[in-house]
Amino acid sequence: MGRITLDKVTKSFGDTNVIPPLDLTINDGEFVVFVGPSGCGKSTLLRLIAGLEDVSSGQIRIDGEDATNLAPAKRKLAMVFQSYALYPHMSVRKNIAFPMKMAGVDEAEQKKRIEAAAKALNLTDYLDRRPGQLSGGQRQRVAIGRAIVREPSAFLFDEPLSNLDAALRVNMRLEISELHNQLKTTMIYVTHDQVEAMTMADKIVVLRAGHIEQVGSPLELYREPRNKFVAGFIGSPKMNFIEGSVAAQHGAHTIGIRPEHITASETAGLWQGVVGVAEHLGSDTFLHVHNTGLTDTITVRVNGEFGLRHGDTVYLNPEMDKLHKFDAQGLRIA
Amino acid sequence: MARAVTPQRKIINTAAAWAVGLAIFFPILWTILTSFKTEAQAIADPPIFLGFDWTLENYKVVMERSDYAKYLWNSIIIAGGSTLLGVIIAVPAAWSMAFVPSRRTKDILMWMLSTKMLPAVGVLYPIYLLFIKLGILDSQIGLVIVLMLINLPIIVWMLYTYFKEIPGEILEAARMDGATLKEEVIYILTPMAVPGIASTILLNVILAWNEAFWTLNLTAAKAAPLTAFIASYSSPEGLFYAKLSAASTMAIAPILILGWFSQKQLVSGLTFGAVK
Repeated sequence: MGRITLDKVTKSFGDTNVIPPLDLTINDGEFVVFVGPSGCGKSTLLRLIAGLEDVSSGQIRIDGEDATNLAPAKRKLAMVFQSYALYPHMSVRKNIAFPMKMAGVDEAEQKKRIEAAAKALNLTDYLDRRPGQLSGGQRQRVAIGRAIVREPSAFLFDEPLSNLDAALRVNMRLEISELHNQLKTTMIYVTHDQVEAMTMADKIVVLRAGHIEQVGSPLELYREPRNKFVAGFIGSPKMNFIEGSVAAQHGAHTIGIRPEHITASETAGLWQGVVGVAEHLGSDTFLHVHNTGLTDTITVRVNGEFGLRHGDTVYLNPEMDKLHKFDAQGLRIA
Repeated sequence: MARAVTPQRKIINTAAAWAVGLAIFFPILWTILTSFKTEAQAIADPPIFLGFDWTLENYKVVMERSDYAKYLWNSIIIAGGSTLLGVIIAVPAAWSMAFVPSRRTKDILMWMLSTKMLPAVGVLYPIYLLFIKLGILDSQIGLVIVLMLINLPIIVWMLYTYFKEIPGEILEAARMDGATLKEEVIYILTPMAVPGIASTILLNVILAWNEAFWTLNLTAAKAAPLTAFIASYSSPEGLFYAKLSAASTMAIAPILILGWFSQKQLVSGLTFGAVK
């Protein structure tokens, strides 16, 4: 089981209020991602759940029991840190065994679980090495192994992939998702990378300055962002925002349209502009279009083979049914 | 670009380094040489550098006249005991200052260091009286305590510096893994800080070994360490330079040998964190 409930939880450091009163429920078996720009309080929130920081007020319940004042070890949660936080003086085997040693698991059972974890994480050949002799990806797998063997009620991940290079990050992302499918254990994952959030989460919690901006499935957030902040944060490249008379025509203060919901043409379209930088990804090309009279730059996703170059005139056609409308406060207009 | 070093420059630098090194080492060298001279040659004017009649007479006399082993044993107990006790007290102190600092931690560190700014003789009288009251004058335990207290600020400072270098996330990981505070210190922090703790111990053994003010003032016969052994040869009986030098050589030899074999550890420990 791993149902975690936060009830009016707050956290202040001195006079600085990092988390204003916050309510959140994480259901058993869910993969929840906390996402937001740096300094939004997502790591603090994770550390509050872990028990590494004390809440200033409010209550944290794990499986219905009050865990607010429980020591980290008593919460039955396992954590994977950004820096891996392996014990450098211990072999991989001893690293993985450490939480079991602390819990007094008998030797035979320890051995069984270490071997199972090593096999699942491709670490069998490295059990007698020290962390210093491993690559970044292997170290992260050891950290995950150390978390698995405890059989926790939930896993906490604090930006676990941000120290890895891009290719490895994609691999580990898949591995962690696969692990969640196998174990079906609650996972809480903190990241600033919206791609990780979109690809891994059952439920995304978007945070800004300690406030929850929106909670929902990746596609809910993508389709119906509650406000401009979420609209701009979820999706890559970012949503285009247009203010002024064009927005007013739609009865909104601001309208938003995603780059993938605009088609570009060399001949005719609703909007006209000049191609600035064209980023070629092969499969897609992102055009940064200027001089549209709407806003500084409109980003458009076009086919990878699209022919226009820097300085060419381009015509744009937004898909009107995919338009997002926001009021002066930035809130979504239904 | 690396700085270009011409051969001439290298020679000058090397010569200068040797000159400074020898100047620092000279008094010790002179002491060792003098210990092999006769009393007359020891005070000869002009001084004789190497061309004297080498003799072991002084060592023989010193060994006959004093119980070297007893002084040596007292030195080992006092230097080792005070360092060990200091480290046992300083590890938790440095831990709390490094990992759960309060707003006053920096002030406390400064305040601890400030005790080293007081001339020792300023507290001789109260400490002497205290020792009499407690009945620990001229005892090993008394000196272990007083030298531990004298060096404790340095031990805490050094350990604090080493502990600061250990990433806090590793200790948090241990906490998540179910380690109690005690287990965290024993299984994680201490093994990781071994190089730092080792050089702290070495430096403090040396400091305690050479400490002369308290060891001379608070001991008489029973607990007197090697510093007292040396002092007993600069006595009202007259100046016996050669015998004094022999006693000094015998007193510094153990610590010199220890320092020689651990110099790599000592240097790497003292510059820990300075070079990544």
